[in-house]
Amino acid sequence: MGQELVIAIIKMIVVFALALLVVAYLTYLERKIIGHMQLRLGPMRVGPHGLLQPIADGLKLFVKEDIVPREADKWTYYFAPVFDLVCALVLLAVIPFSYHFMVTRLNIGVLYILSIASVGSIAILLAGWASGSKYPILGGLRSAAQMFSYEIFLGFSIIGVLMISGSLDLVKIVEAQSRVWNIVYQPVAFVIYIIAALGELKRIPFDLPEAENELVAGHHTEYSGFKFAYFFLAEYAHMIIISCMAVILFLGGWKGPVLPGIVWFLIKICAFFYFFIWVRGTFPRYRYDQFMAIGWKIMLPVVLANIVATGVVMRLV
Amino acid sequence: MLERGVVEGRVSEDLMRETLKTKEIWINMGPQHPSTHGVLRLVLALEGERIVDTEVVIGYLHRGMEKLAESLTYPQFLPYTDRLDYISSNAMNFGYVLAMEKLMGIEVPERAQYIRVMMAELTRISSHLVWLATHALDIGAMTVFLYCFRDREAILDLFEMVCGARLTTTYFRIGGVANDLPEGFIEQAREFCKVFPKKAKDYDDLILKNRMWLSRTVNVAKISAEDGLNLGLSGPSIRGSGVYWDIRKDEPYSNYDKLDWEIAVESGCDVYARYLVRLKEMRESCKIVSQCLDILEKTNGPVMGKVPKVIRPPEGEVYASVEAPKGELGFYIVSDGSPKPYRLKIRAPSFANLISLPVMIKGHLVADVIAAIGSIDVVLGEVDR
Repeated sequence: MGQELVIAIIKMIVVFALALLVVAYLTYLERKIIGHMQLRLGPMRVGPHGLLQPIADGLKLFVKEDIVPREADKWTYYFAPVFDLVCALVLLAVIPFSYHFMVTRLNIGVLYILSIASVGSIAILLAGWASGSKYPILGGLRSAAQMFSYEIFLGFSIIGVLMISGSLDLVKIVEAQSRVWNIVYQPVAFVIYIIAALGELKRIPFDLPEAENELVAGHHTEYSGFKFAYFFLAEYAHMIIISCMAVILFLGGWKGPVLPGIVWFLIKICAFFYFFIWVRGTFPRYRYDQFMAIGWKIMLPVVLANIVATGVVMRLV
Repeated sequence: MLERGVVEGRVSEDLMRETLKTKEIWINMGPQHPSTHGVLRLVLALEGERIVDTEVVIGYLHRGMEKLAESLTYPQFLPYTDRLDYISSNAMNFGYVLAMEKLMGIEVPERAQYIRVMMAELTRISSHLVWLATHALDIGAMTVFLYCFRDREAILDLFEMVCGARLTTTYFRIGGVANDLPEGFIEQAREFCKVFPKKAKDYDDLILKNRMWLSRTVNVAKISAEDGLNLGLSGPSIRGSGVYWDIRKDEPYSNYDKLDWEIAVESGCDVYARYLVRLKEMRESCKIVSQCLDILEKTNGPVMGKVPKVIRPPEGEVYASVEAPKGELGFYIVSDGSPKPYRLKIRAPSFANLISLPVMIKGHLVADVIAAIGSIDVVLGEVDR
């Protein structure tokens, strides 16, 4: 018992430390890639090719003055960023990076991830409300509406996969894809998943809650210093989770020839990151009402039809 | 009570207001805001995210130029005009020197005329590039921004060759231009004219037919031709509402009537139409520049007319206007025969265009305000003067 506990704690530390490091370097990667797409170099000054930039950024945020607006609801104001980051990080606990490497194996992994992710959106609503300022409220309301509705599509798009693999256990879902990846059976669901993921992650073209050209920065307008960094880290952690989920549910998780499982997993995740960054470099932003219309009028019917079709096919085959 | 409020199966807004006690919120957009293009301040009354009222507050960049002019001699005021619309200083110079020449009856040599037209059109391209860059950035297309700035660099390099400055050029003089084109300029300008249409295709590839771009711009911030004319809208903004009006064609000045080009007009009245107009204008300007280069290459001659040492215009008043990148730029000068103007009034296109903004955005969402500001292309240096 004692030994198991120690192993579990070590696993936790490794996963979270790695996750935070990856998150930090994800920002570097994003700035570099988008920089090269846009005819510039991205960060170059700190360290060779700007490699130490994320660390410098983190330090800067650490030493920044911590400002609390006079109108803010103090407790909620402090609580929201912590809550947001915690909700993002605890999701990592059930992600199987390979057959052996995961913090804990949960037989309802998918359910756990979906439910914790929804709780996370409350943090943003709280942040918007607690700031006691108008721009964050607008941003907070936008993100609440956006995240709650896009979680529905995200959830529905997964259902087809769950029907095929017949389990909520992430490991079993991956094992069920030994021969054929789920993307082959569920192409429509995959596309919907990607679109919903962009909405859930609040990235261009759906970055409405923090559309800097409209709302300055959305729910974290009033946040500074490390409280802001918490939101930032949470956002990128969400990006990791969403990519992990996509890989596990649709792209066969750690399955792949020759290379060890964890390498395949990382390759697939990197492909996703690249896709998200690429999208950001290419598209303009939708308007809030148009974005909601796309979700409820197009994606919801499509995804429901997909579930029905999956059911019918499974019955027939 | 319910029956009264139900209109076509929906609860009417009146009833909502009675029962729910909604209240509009006022938010302040600017003067420090990423997309108000400088120090424009808008006070918006919102109902949810819908705009019910707008108040435009200006004056944060007021430098009192018109009053300053009264204590400066005529040539001394020329550099000040650069600071009106600081991203298209040649066009600003052009308006001023044209008014002065009209007032004093100065003949400008042919070569200087062509150089001026060419510089003004290069300025128009660079100004429109800045507009496209920021407009696209506001709507979220970040890459277009950097593409446009890349190409603007080439134009600024040309300006630097001619007069040493990149932004506030002060290249025009009353009676001509400061100096002839330097060696190598024509080749480099030709190179620019050759590659520009190809580069412009990059922007089109990114957004011209992009569904998201269309849904953000089509039918957004509409203004009818009639409203636009009544509010003094001019330039590309009014041409987006289907009005054939371009001072370069309608009251030709300098050498515009000797060149072959078309007015860009669209009838959509919306943000997208104004976008198309400016895209086409950039290409037309490129055409004009090439034609000027052809002529300048073959001919030679003085670039400065006969101008007295001390500029002391006769008593009288004059109004001259040019088609600046943003619209009609007019200078109204009253002279009392002394070397300093008695009164100088600037008809700044951005200022007049800004008045249409509240009309355009009424009833739209907050996100559309950004698109609308971008589409009328204001520069605050010119609005506040």
